[in-house]
Amino acid sequence: MCLAIPGKIIEIIESDDFLQEALVDFGGIRKNICIAWIDATEGDYVLAHAGMAISVIDEQEAELTRQALIAVGDLEQ
Amino acid sequence: MNQKEIYRDANYGKQLVTAIRKITTRPWKIMDTCGGQTHAIARYRIEEMLPPEISLIHGPGCPVCVTPADTIDTAIELALNNKNVIISTFGDMMRVPGSKYDLLTAKSLGADIRIIYSPLDALKTAMENPSREVILFAIGFETTAPVHAQVVYESSKRKIRNLSLLTSLFAVPPVLEHLFALPDFSVDGLLAAGHVCSITGLSDYHRLSRNYQIPISVTGFEPVDILYGIYTNIRQLEEADYSVCNAYSRMVPEEGNPKARLVLDEIFEPSVQNWRGLGSLPASGFKIKEKYKSFDTLKRYSIKNKCLIKDDGCIAGEIMKGIAKPVNCPHFGKACRPESPLGAAMVSSEGVCAAYYKYK
Amino acid sequence: MNTITCPIPVQEREHIQLAHGGGGKLTQELIETIFYPAFKNDILEQEHDSAQIAMPGGRIAFTTDSFVVDPVFFPGGDIGELAVNGTVNDLLCSGAVPQYISVGFIIEEGFAINDLKKIVQSIADAARKANVKIVTGDTKVIERIHGNQIYINTSGIGSIPESVALSPKNVKHGDSVIVTGRIGEHGICVLSTRNSLGFETDIKSDTRSLNEIVRNLLKDIPQTRVLRDPTRGGLSSTLNEIAHTAGAGIEINEEALPISKGVESACELLGLDPLYIANEGILLVFVPGEYEKQALEIIRNSEHGADAMPIGKVIPDPAHRVYLQSAFGGKRVVEVLSGEQLPRIC
Ligand code: SF4
Repeated sequence: MCLAIPGKIIEIIESDDFLQEALVDFGGIRKNICIAWIDATEGDYVLAHAGMAISVIDEQEAELTRQALIAVGDLEQ
Repeated sequence: MNQKEIYRDANYGKQLVTAIRKITTRPWKIMDTCGGQTHAIARYRIEEMLPPEISLIHGPGCPVCVTPADTIDTAIELALNNKNVIISTFGDMMRVPGSKYDLLTAKSLGADIRIIYSPLDALKTAMENPSREVILFAIGFETTAPVHAQVVYESSKRKIRNLSLLTSLFAVPPVLEHLFALPDFSVDGLLAAGHVCSITGLSDYHRLSRNYQIPISVTGFEPVDILYGIYTNIRQLEEADYSVCNAYSRMVPEEGNPKARLVLDEIFEPSVQNWRGLGSLPASGFKIKEKYKSFDTLKRYSIKNKCLIKDDGCIAGEIMKGIAKPVNCPHFGKACRPESPLGAAMVSSEGVCAAYYKYK
Repeated sequence: MNTITCPIPVQEREHIQLAHGGGGKLTQELIETIFYPAFKNDILEQEHDSAQIAMPGGRIAFTTDSFVVDPVFFPGGDIGELAVNGTVNDLLCSGAVPQYISVGFIIEEGFAINDLKKIVQSIADAARKANVKIVTGDTKVIERIHGNQIYINTSGIGSIPESVALSPKNVKHGDSVIVTGRIGEHGICVLSTRNSLGFETDIKSDTRSLNEIVRNLLKDIPQTRVLRDPTRGGLSSTLNEIAHTAGAGIEINEEALPISKGVESACELLGLDPLYIANEGILLVFVPGEYEKQALEIIRNSEHGADAMPIGKVIPDPAHRVYLQSAFGGKRVVEVLSGEQLPRIC
């Protein structure tokens, strides 16, 4: 449920009318996504669901999980 | 390796499977919470990789498949009886049958039904068609509900009068609590739906795991994420550690997304909600607050909530509890088939009943 | 002496009117100013009611297809080009040398004549590239709905060389399955132009005729079992059809599928499966396993074949199913879709 995929903010779209939007690159395709709920800038990776960025990807946590995955593998050696 | 590659890497997958085998000492039943996980589990055949002691139970499903048939009927009636109405809906809602037929059929009969990617698109449609009435078929769990709330908030700010929401919104913790509290609930551990949690945060889940002594792993949707969620869950089960493990922390902060919840709380309040196949559960959904009632389709068109909960002996609840299989259901393959589903588990192709039907 | 003339001056028309399909003066005007100059060839110039063509003895292939794509113009092509290439590729798949094409237009009242001209030109260009002649045609005009739609039917005839015997019934266990190019490009390109579902992308439709691949392949490997163009319904529908007729299973390998990053990402964004997305410029080729390497080399050295990949094998399977071996491990059944694939939120 709740299909959400990560993408990279390539440009914050200046606009005083509609909700704050950004152009987000999802691996070779780009789409405007609303970023009103998050604090993010160009270059950040965000998780987008139904046109909304719902969270900013935490690089530090990503690295910790990656290390945890490697540790699981090391247990097997 | 980028993020996506890591979480689809077969080597990490194999290592996790080996680790799971190593730490598993007895049978465990683990429940996933949502259709997205069920989908990935089926797609990557994760069940077959696991040791025989582990069985996976597919939980409440997804907002599309638990949307009650009479809500779909209401959408169809509104669209067919009123040529001025535009229904905006997600693509996966199109083929879910109401009691007579689905939205796709209604469209072929002349209803103006438009598939959207984002609820915000419905707002744009309303602004571009001021003489038409736009009805957003607002389905969703807590992940999507605040996006719908944002639409109401914006419309209200802009004084847009030709938009309303036909809601079918669900809250996950209340249905989990309902299941956990059943005396014959036999599931040992839970994989919480990562994307729901990225909005709600984990506080409800801490309470649930503590009160019902069930370890909960917040889990993502890539195959390595799912195996990692299962791994951490089994590790907790084996160590009798009944707490919440955030196995998807790169996407889910402990506190969720406060800004999204602020909009959600501004527009919606908890309400009784009917779950297809499970029946009516208190405070398990959201409805539009009185203050914003002009955006509520039911009020706007004076539609009585029929709430005709024909449970008709659908045993999807028992299946979710892990105490029955689809073949035990009297309707399975008879009154309930993929073309005419009674319960949620038969609606989507990943639903357990649909999957059983396909391979029976 | 005075001749009686109409006081209203003849106007330069910019849009199609019902009368353009009425068979009268306006129809004639379309034929003479747009169709004939673009399609010009000896058979058309005979100006018979029906085209008279000399066919060599032996088998001919005869096919028809209708094109209703919306939008009419899309990145990488338009409906005209699509209509020629689609029918040419259908003929090629039966091993025929495509020769003659008919074109029938159903045009909505209000359609811009300039757009019609563009479409007719791209039909002519596509026909030239595929080495076929447009020998007959028809135009009808229907009442306005949106004012921007045109539908095209094309039929085609080609002769089948004696040596060719392509049929899914020939498919046997151990045969190799090759796809001649990247998958999903046409379907995703059309989807990217949709209002709400749209997105920015460099993906273009892969519409093109595949004469050279087929010619080279059949010349050097007459043992080729079957050729198919996986258009609507994508790879999954075509593979399932072949498995069903052949009475065998097909196992394909996810990792081997040639797919661009853009198509993959678009599918993830909208919750679609690339195996069900329409293609217009690729073929599925079945050859006996021992010819796999040779076939691949031939295809990769032919025009539009550079991205060809061997994607799977024919296997014994009493259920005649198609299986996908995922890169992650685990095998799943690839079902046939009951309808068009719709974007998902869940
Ligand atoms: S077969 Fe149908 S009625 Fe029976 S449990 Fe499954 S979904 Fe419910």
